[in-house]
Amino acid sequence: MPDFKLPCDVEAKVNEICDTHGNDPGELINILHEAQHLMGYLPEEMQRIIAGKLNIPVSKVYGVVTFYAFFTMTAKGKYPISVCMGTACYVRGGEKLLDEFRRVLGIDVGETTPDGKFSLDCLRCVGACGLAPVVMIGEKVYGRLQPVDVKRILDELD
Amino acid sequence: MKILTIEDLKSVRSASARRLALREQSDTMAGGQCCGTATGTARMQILICGGTGCKASSSQLIGGKIKEILSEKGIDDRVDVITTGCFGFCEKGPVVKIIPDNTFYTQVTPEDAADIVNDHIISGKRVERLLYVDPKTGQSVSDSKHMDFYRKQMRVALRNCGFIDPENIEEYIARDGYAALAESLMHRSPEDVIEAVKRSGLRGRGGGGFPTGVKWGFARKSVSDVKYVVCNADEGDPGAFMDRSIMEGDPHSIVEAMAICGYSIGSSKGLVYIRAEYPLAIHRLRTAISQAREYGLLGENILGSGFSFDIEIRYGAGAFVCGEETALIHSMEGKRGEPTMKPPFPAESGYLGKPTNVNNVETFANIPVILTKGPEWFASIGTEKSKGTKVFALAGKINNVGLIEVPMGTTLREVIYEIGGGIKGGRKFKAVQTGGPSGGCLTEKHLDIPIDFDNLLAEGSMMGSGGMIVMDEDDCMVSVARFYLDFTVEESCGKCTPCRIGNKRLLETLNRITDGKGSEEDLKTLSTLGKVIKDTALCGLGQTSPNPVLSTLNHFYDEYLEHVRDRRCRAKQCKALLTYMIDPSLCIGCHLCAKNCPADAIIGDVRKPHVINYDKCIRCGMCMARCRFKAISVS
Repeated sequence: MPDFKLPCDVEAKVNEICDTHGNDPGELINILHEAQHLMGYLPEEMQRIIAGKLNIPVSKVYGVVTFYAFFTMTAKGKYPISVCMGTACYVRGGEKLLDEFRRVLGIDVGETTPDGKFSLDCLRCVGACGLAPVVMIGEKVYGRLQPVDVKRILDELD
Repeated sequence: MKILTIEDLKSVRSASARRLALREQSDTMAGGQCCGTATGTARMQILICGGTGCKASSSQLIGGKIKEILSEKGIDDRVDVITTGCFGFCEKGPVVKIIPDNTFYTQVTPEDAADIVNDHIISGKRVERLLYVDPKTGQSVSDSKHMDFYRKQMRVALRNCGFIDPENIEEYIARDGYAALAESLMHRSPEDVIEAVKRSGLRGRGGGGFPTGVKWGFARKSVSDVKYVVCNADEGDPGAFMDRSIMEGDPHSIVEAMAICGYSIGSSKGLVYIRAEYPLAIHRLRTAISQAREYGLLGENILGSGFSFDIEIRYGAGAFVCGEETALIHSMEGKRGEPTMKPPFPAESGYLGKPTNVNNVETFANIPVILTKGPEWFASIGTEKSKGTKVFALAGKINNVGLIEVPMGTTLREVIYEIGGGIKGGRKFKAVQTGGPSGGCLTEKHLDIPIDFDNLLAEGSMMGSGGMIVMDEDDCMVSVARFYLDFTVEESCGKCTPCRIGNKRLLETLNRITDGKGSEEDLKTLSTLGKVIKDTALCGLGQTSPNPVLSTLNHFYDEYLEHVRDRRCRAKQCKALLTYMIDPSLCIGCHLCAKNCPADAIIGDVRKPHVINYDKCIRCGMCMARCRFKAISVS
């Protein structure tokens, strides 16, 4: 177990979130949503605090965190890149785009570049299938991309 | 304002009717003349699509810009700018519609705002360059009624999407909104409402196709102090966005339908289980719920009937299996979303062990209109066993990507070639995938079967929630099967062995085949293992997960055989089976390919033909994409 301490204010906020939900284990998923919002991910220490507050085993919290794709235990980059892997984007070349991001950034899906700038993920359908294939970087949607566009976009962000 | 009686509801309705009347009139008007404020038109409305697709192409900026110019010109009091839900024609988004002349502008950018206001709104001259051009005739079409994309559609569940402002309850009320709830509370018994839903023939739109009225009947019969109404808004099928569009475009229809359901089954508590990945739908739904509370259409003693009902939102967190109702219920309880055996059905023991009725978003969206227009009206649409309409998210290699709604019984050919406008780039149609990861692929020979629950099932696919992905000759069917299996393996909750281990083996076999290491024996394995998984898996996810493999094996056996026997992928998608070649007679030695090759696999001197070093080539195709002289080919 890595020796990682949460900043005090984050710890206080996690406690507060649990309290507003009445420390009810039935509210675990809602609590995790709010807690993830604090730092962009759910470090182990945070899960431990939540488990303590709700009076349930940490394994239970961990079980839920790892079950759902939306929850993550790794910190995201400054520019979180999500390549849409919905079927519409897939048949219009989403996989080739993903390969190109992997290659250019030198990281795999679920990883963050060592400088903390970019992280790479897949998502399933943004609902902008008319623009397929689609990539989301932060809140911005990039549509109708080709692998040759990847380097340009990353350079622009850099 | 608080609506306390049915008379209050009627007066809100007539007060806001005027706003809607302009839109309703122009919708029925035939090819109206272009209007402008300078030409004497008193009031105009500009509808801007605020669906996810159009928002991604900055439709919000367009609205802002238009408002800005309107107020500069001092006509902002005569022209309303309204953000609506999805118009459906996502391929041509962002869409802007001008009322009363019903002009439909496509692919609008913020830079076009000035022309729309100056030319159209003021001078009454259409901005020709923004009109849709019919690819068949080359003529521009200004009214959406005359576009092939809309002609064959019938909007029932989507009746208000792209028509009303989803964040304005009064516009919904003006469209007969909450009339079905009021009517049910005042003049119908719960049994009567259930009977009407049964008579309409409505079947669950989430994929199962179970008769909704029968389901409500079960929940009504269960005896308990507390019962729950759940709306399943966990649209997990990749490439499907029907439910999201309904929630974004007409959230009040869901709120109203849930209250009607609550009244029918004897529940006062509703829960919407929605994907956290849908921020806009969540926002619109939240707004709708709080407006309904404010107007007294949710809460205690609705319309003085003694019936109380309220709705809470629960977030999903991205798990496909949570579309299965027992898994969804566990997830709402804050647990891992693992399914359990049925029976007991949720109608007996669901959320927190209490009777629970789970329906999908589109199912709910149909309820109010069934009650206002009558179950017989609804039952007159569609086929013998599948009544009403179905919304599809039409996407893939098709000209008109978008959200469509057609009567059950429409053929795939009508959907793909008339509404969808045919295959992109004039390529040859190969297959259409329906039902997402649980469905299968249908081919050329299925194009004329009428779409309904039973026909699709009989052909080895399924209706599913309504994703419809069109594929052309450049799509490799083995890769497509692998894509879906990859998805189910990732999404399998791991509780039962057939799904957890069986699907993994299926995926490994498919990977072997696409890597050029498969054998004919593998094809047999796929078929037998697929059938075993179907028969033995615990829940709907596992029982349907082999469908993409089995249906492609069935319809595209030749293609599988080519992969394992000839090590050939005719669609040129399976990298391991490809060889890139440089034609020395066409290569001028510009070195561009070598410069762009990520693996340094291309060698050659400047101005001399280059060659590929196959030990290094990773078959990414970058060289071919970059070559300006068509000197690189793939086989």
